[in-house]
Order: sequence, then structure tokens, then C-alpha cells
Amino acid sequence: MLKLSEVQRALEARSIVGEDKLDREAESAFGADLMSDVLAFTRKKTLLLTGLTNVQVIRTADVSELSAIVFVRGKMPGTEILQVAKNCDIPVLLTKYTMFEACGILYKLGLPACPVKELKDE
Amino acid sequence: MEIKCEVPGNDFDRAGEASASIKKALQRLGVPADIVRRVAIGTYEGEMNALIHAGGGVIKAEITSNLTIITVKDKGPGIADVQQAMKEGFSTAPDYVRAMGFGAGMGLPNMMKCSDKFSINTVVNKGTKITMRFEHK
Ligand SMILES: Nc1ncnc2c1ncn2[C@@H]1O[C@H](COP(=O)(O)OP(=O)(O)O)[C@@H](O)[C@H]1O
Ligand SMILES: [Mg+2]
Repeated sequence: MLKLSEVQRALEARSIVGEDKLDREAESAFGADLMSDVLAFTRKKTLLLTGLTNVQVIRTADVSELSAIVFVRGKMPGTEILQVAKNCDIPVLLTKYTMFEACGILYKLGLPACPVKELKDE
Repeated sequence: MEIKCEVPGNDFDRAGEASASIKKALQRLGVPADIVRRVAIGTYEGEMNALIHAGGGVIKAEITSNLTIITVKDKGPGIADVQQAMKEGFSTAPDYVRAMGFGAGMGLPNMMKCSDKFSINTVVNKGTKITMRFEHK
């Protein structure tokens, strides 16, 4: 478990939505550009790291009740997209690190991978 | 209580609005959080399918004190081989859909997994109707 403020510090990230919610906790993390996988495999309170910056990322985080979104590689989503994140109450962080670096940094800090449950296991 | 939402065809900017409003309604009604999450995910997958594969459709949520039933109905091309469509990884989504993070062929299996009861009625060239049932245990 890691507080968003710790995630922000470790990734030297900018908080662009939900600056007042950085005491929220992420229980695990998942790195993906495939929202289908996020929808199928993540649990709630997961931190999502992604390089995709469309509105579907926010919608996916909203329905999956993720703890926050980190956009990697300095990619800045459009203002309409950030507005949707604000409305959905989802904190958004922006880091210059690439997906691999950002995941590595958080993993080293002890943030575990989101336990993936195969669909057919259920 | 009943909610009806239109799903506009191929409008990716508005995709997900129907599921988001159904999710909010369930939360207001005090449906348990874990059930709300499953309904929201299943409905969103259904919404994306109607939008991507069928040129839009209509989502209906029927909510009672112990049950939510979601139906996603469209007048799209229908599905010729349902068994194949239900397989994890099977997808006919074009590349531009994949570039947006969808089209991994996980939607239908995920809808089945999320819901307590899942059924699909589809007729080629007529359309598809998906029903998901969620008990509020
Ligand atoms: N509403 C629909 N109308 C027509 N075809 C559909 C519909 N929903 C799903 N399909 C077909 O079933 C396939 C699998 O659906 P799904 O599991 O949601 O994966 P994906 O949407 O990622 O392709 C789709 O690629 C499409 O061929
Ligand atoms: Mg789908």
C-alpha cells in the first residue's frame, strides 16, 4: 500500500487533478494501455499507469473504482479529459518517466502488482 | 425504478456516459458498493460493444431493492457465431478501436463474469440484446 503523495514524490510527478486527495491509498498497481485488460483484471483501489490519454481511460478508472491514474512519459491529456476526471473524482498524476521506469520505481518502493485473476479461474 | 440511456454510435468522446449515470443512480439508491462496481463494469463493456460494433443502442437499468437487471439492445449487424464471440481474445474490432484501448476480445467474457446471470439474444442483420442480472446479496 502506498499513499498517492508517496507515489507523486517517487515519480517526481505533477498532480493535475485531485491535489487535495493525495492522502488516498493505492493498494496495488497495474500498467496498461489496453483498457479491456484493466476492466477484466483489476481490483478496486488499484493505481493505473498508462500511456493512453483518451477519455476512456477516465471512464475505465471510474467504473473500476481505481485509486488514481498516472500518465507516463510526460503525456498530457486534453482539458476536456481532465474535466471528466474531476467530475468522477479521480486523481491524475503526470510523470516524465516511461512506463517501465515508473512501474520499476513503484515496485521497488513495495507497491505490489494488482493480483490478476484469470477470467476462467472463476 | 427504471433508467433508459441512449448510446450514440461511434461517438468515443461520449462513450461511458450511460454507464456512469447508471452507476451514480445505484449509489444513490444505496446498492452495495461491490455490486455497483460489477454492474458498472458490465454495463460499460456492453455500452462499448453497442457503440463499436452496432452503431449505438439503448441501455435499460431496472432496479429493485434486491435486484438490478441491465439490458443492452442494439439494431446492429448481430453476431453470427455467439460461441466464438464469447471466447476470450476473439475480436473483430478494427485497428483504430484497438489504438483506443479496446478490442481485446475480453468484453463479453467479462460481462458474463461480472453478472450473476448473463444472456445474449442475437439475430444477424437485426440486432443484439444482452441481459445481465445482478442480485444485491
Ligand atoms: N453488440 C454487438 N453487435 C455485433 N457484434 C458484437 C456485439 N458485441 C460483440 N460483438 C462481436 O463479438 C466480438 C467479441 O466481443 P467482445 O468480447 O466484447 O470483444 P471486443 O469488443 O474487444 O471485440 C466483437 O469483436 C464483435 O465481433
Ligand atoms: Mg467489447
